[in-house]
Amino acid sequence: MISQIFSLAFLAQTIRITVPYSLASLGGVYSERGGVVNIALEGIILNGAFCATVGTYYTGSALFGVACGIAGGLLTALIHAVISIHIKADQIISGIAINLFAVGITKFVLEILFQSSSNSPRIAGLPHIHLGFIENQPDVANLLGNPLVLATIFIVIASHFIIFKTRFGLRLRSVGENPEAADTVGIGVTLYRYYGVLISGALAGLAGAWLAFDQHSFTDGMSAGRGYIALAAMIVGKWNPLGAAAACLLFGFAESLQIQLQGGGLPTQFIQMIPYVATIIALAGFIGKAVAPGADGIPYEKEK
Amino acid sequence: MPYAIELLNITKRFARTTANDDITLKVESGSIHALVGENGAGKTTLMETLYGLYQPDSGRIRIHGKEVSIRSPHDSIRLGIGMVHQHFMLVPPLTVLENIVLGAETTRYSLLDLKKTTAEISELAGRFSLSVPLDEKVENIGVGIQQRVEILKAIYRKADILVLDEPTAVLTPQEAVQLFKILSELKEEGKTIVLITHKLNEVMAISDRVSVMRKGKIAGEVETAKTNPQELAQMMVGRPVLLRVEKAEKKAGEPVLAINDLSYVDRRGISLLKKVSLEVGSGEILGIAGVEGNGQSQLVECIAGLMKPSSGSITLDGISISGLTPRDVFARGLAHVPEDRIKRGLVVEMDVKENLILGLHNQPQFSSRLAVNRKSIMDNARFLITKYDIRPVDPDIHARGLSGGNQQKVIIARELSRNAQVIIASQPTRGVDIGGIEFIHRTLVEARDAGKAVLLVSADLNEILSLSDRIAVMYDGRIVKVFPNSKVEESELGLYMTGSKGDSQMKAVGS
Repeated sequence: MISQIFSLAFLAQTIRITVPYSLASLGGVYSERGGVVNIALEGIILNGAFCATVGTYYTGSALFGVACGIAGGLLTALIHAVISIHIKADQIISGIAINLFAVGITKFVLEILFQSSSNSPRIAGLPHIHLGFIENQPDVANLLGNPLVLATIFIVIASHFIIFKTRFGLRLRSVGENPEAADTVGIGVTLYRYYGVLISGALAGLAGAWLAFDQHSFTDGMSAGRGYIALAAMIVGKWNPLGAAAACLLFGFAESLQIQLQGGGLPTQFIQMIPYVATIIALAGFIGKAVAPGADGIPYEKEK
Repeated sequence: MPYAIELLNITKRFARTTANDDITLKVESGSIHALVGENGAGKTTLMETLYGLYQPDSGRIRIHGKEVSIRSPHDSIRLGIGMVHQHFMLVPPLTVLENIVLGAETTRYSLLDLKKTTAEISELAGRFSLSVPLDEKVENIGVGIQQRVEILKAIYRKADILVLDEPTAVLTPQEAVQLFKILSELKEEGKTIVLITHKLNEVMAISDRVSVMRKGKIAGEVETAKTNPQELAQMMVGRPVLLRVEKAEKKAGEPVLAINDLSYVDRRGISLLKKVSLEVGSGEILGIAGVEGNGQSQLVECIAGLMKPSSGSITLDGISISGLTPRDVFARGLAHVPEDRIKRGLVVEMDVKENLILGLHNQPQFSSRLAVNRKSIMDNARFLITKYDIRPVDPDIHARGLSGGNQQKVIIARELSRNAQVIIASQPTRGVDIGGIEFIHRTLVEARDAGKAVLLVSADLNEILSLSDRIAVMYDGRIVKVFPNSKVEESELGLYMTGSKGDSQMKAVGS
């Protein structure tokens, strides 16, 4: 029984689920380290998925589709950035508005383009890189050879260095912790906050692209709360790239466990609770208190 | 000597006020120039304009004789101007090193080159005796060290003009002496220093010249050697001021407020009050000196009923008030002037007449069971506004619209009008200007002369020394020393305040 559950296929499943979580969660890290709360991740993922689907469908190029997904994410994040950084409106409300907007606009354009408000036509997946090992397990080989999986691993590690070891990261963190202090040493608070939100848009857009390619189509509301789970993972990971990715892996694990256990005799309703119970337990703090960046969610007013 | 800074006819207006009105200020190169004035006189605005945080509406700035335009701190840093703000501009979760290099980072292969920077900063720190723990997070170091970090930050950016805004406000006397030593060394190295302050003894101790600001204008400029505190105070306020509180020797009466073995442990299990015992008699002012955060706030809040002590007793006139609600404590005869007037003392969105009856609102003269009695509330406000000289004379203005000093007067007027036997005054003159301080001090002394028991908590040693009949020093949640009178040297108090001297436990009981 145990060996059936924890097979290579199970590992593949876990990774499949973890990739979009991680990308979006890292996006959250960049945005919030810079001081902007980004619950718009959910809508950004959805728009990213939609743009990736449409881009791929019309050009036949998966690479172009990925670019479209990122662009869609960037554009959606730009709306959030303008509203929260320039107009200094409430960031939670802006995020909710964007999430609702994303649900509507994707359905609307879906209807116009494909005469269906629930599904897009099938698109091709991403081409794989041939790894040369575990070729006897094609599912796993395909997954590990997926360029987006490799990219995600790279982005997680790179983000750790970017946030903690580079000039950009130091400045981004200072802007999110104490924008006044950053301002007095000549750092452009507005500029760095835009960087943070836009990077989060690109990453969450990429997460959306992953979902679209994974399903080979766009379906209505396919982000399915992943943006929120990603935010929870960001908090559990204490706003650190590596921590957030680890939390995403935990959630991915819980979710694929849930899938594996279905039909195993236990009531489905309980099994389906597993990922959410895991989230709540993790958030409730067996990993200790997570402290948000000091100025997270607070617009910066220069002349008071 | 050539001028390092020339501010020429600077005017800066905000929405409703003119913060700087045609100000001309010249600072000689290599000198320490003090800029004094009451709160709201425009000192900080003027210096933040020099630093590029504000744009003047008119006027010119010259640095080392060259006309410059300063649009942002970026420009001023490039011109060699550094500023140590009153509220430190540090990022608490970052390390000292990261804070120092922030905005002026050295990179290698696009990664921060902290090794090279560490060497540079250690060299600078050694040269100016500014030792700091580079790898410690700023949130874990004390304010005195944080200030050194701020100074290093400026020097690391090659500042040769250093502006310090109220640098001693958060320091113990020992730390202040240390700071002045550092400033003298910086001056020796040829740096120009502008010191914003309202403490006249500091001006006399360290500056070469003084400029006095009043209501957005320059009220005078003198050579320090040719003036005295009395003259400076008069320039600041615009009328003669009593710097020392006049008070007659007086013997304390029977103890009214008695605290015995009071302890408080917070939710995290940290012990903030450790068996504190003290008594305050009628007709005496007991001053509690101490660096902030050594349990004074908890002591006051336990007495006022805002916190529940973990153990120990508090009695007022022999009756226990420990664990009662604030309302019941007040009903037993306690008045409380809280340390944070915005958070605890006032409802700033309400008007002055309403603030003057907070906590008294349920008394029969102000409200019946159904409605408030507008007329008596208004009469009460008119009476107190006149008696306590609250300005502007307008019962209907929002408390937010008052200056800090007048907000404080509203609280004091209300609390003293309760006719309580015990008055707790916590930081009563923080952020209040000299004129207001004089008035508040006189009021507290009058209350004492009328036989009230006054417990004064203040981080300002001058205030403690000039008002108190007895002085207790708090350190690390304990009373470490009690002086039977106020004939104590500041430096002596300082030693107890920092824990370098003192018994592990003293009881401030009996006089």
